[in-house]
Amino acid sequence: MNTATEFTPFVSLGGGLLIGLSAVLLMAALGRIFGATGVMAGLMLPESRDGFTWRLVLLAGMVTAPTLIFLTTGSPVDIDVPVSTGMLVGGGLLVGFGAAMGSGCTSGHGVCGMARLSKRSIVATITFMVATAVTVFVVRHVLGA
Amino acid sequence: MRLIVTYAIGLIFGIGISISGMANPAKVINFFDVAGTWDPSLAFVMGGALLVAFPGFMLVFRRSKPTFEPGYQVPSNTKIDGRLIAGSAVFGIGWGIAGFCPGGALPALGTGRSEVFLFVIASAVGVLIARLGPQLLNRAGLTRTQTS
Repeated sequence: MNTATEFTPFVSLGGGLLIGLSAVLLMAALGRIFGATGVMAGLMLPESRDGFTWRLVLLAGMVTAPTLIFLTTGSPVDIDVPVSTGMLVGGGLLVGFGAAMGSGCTSGHGVCGMARLSKRSIVATITFMVATAVTVFVVRHVLGA
Repeated sequence: MRLIVTYAIGLIFGIGISISGMANPAKVINFFDVAGTWDPSLAFVMGGALLVAFPGFMLVFRRSKPTFEPGYQVPSNTKIDGRLIAGSAVFGIGWGIAGFCPGGALPALGTGRSEVFLFVIASAVGVLIARLGPQLLNRAGLTRTQTS
């Protein structure tokens, strides 16, 4: 279903500021890039005991957020999934494979790498943004899913 | 102390993701659907994140080392290669199909929604295939050329 979503510039900006803040704090505290794919990879294929522990604790913090938001605002986090189960699984496989191959995703390249003016991250971010836009156009307006 | 700080950083990221709309596939896909039900909100997410992260990293790197570690672990590779471009393109195709990315989906696990778990498991399998696939192929003798 192609349903419109409400334009939310203020909460989206606020959320973005917090995402940027967390990336800066992780660099200041542990000297690490905040990459969500890196967190997943580091938990499944740990490089060391410590590398596993801090990623697990970071993930625990992330996962607590929706509950905290529900308790303070009384409304759950909006999640509308306008795609089929097959698309969710197929898209997920491509997302994980591509991010591991390209060494980063939206958080690692798109926020941390861009903010460090890393040439690799700028190229990666432009590449996936274009690929995503083309994919959405093809899925919605050519295939009409 | 180190782990309490790490937990708090994860929580800040999770709150940011949850309120920004990055955990909502309908909003993500609409951001890219300029020809349809366009919702430009997510431009504000990336704008906001960079607004803090760009000056923030510059301030952080003025200190010789992070608080809890002996040094910064920042990628030193500057080569733009086929892996980077092909991997990023595949990532983008997947993001456009599913509407979730790992940064959006991991905090959303906390909602307990089955769609989020399904996506995270699929993407975890994708990561494992990319990381372990070449090794397994080599071991099975299926690849003729060794990677340099």
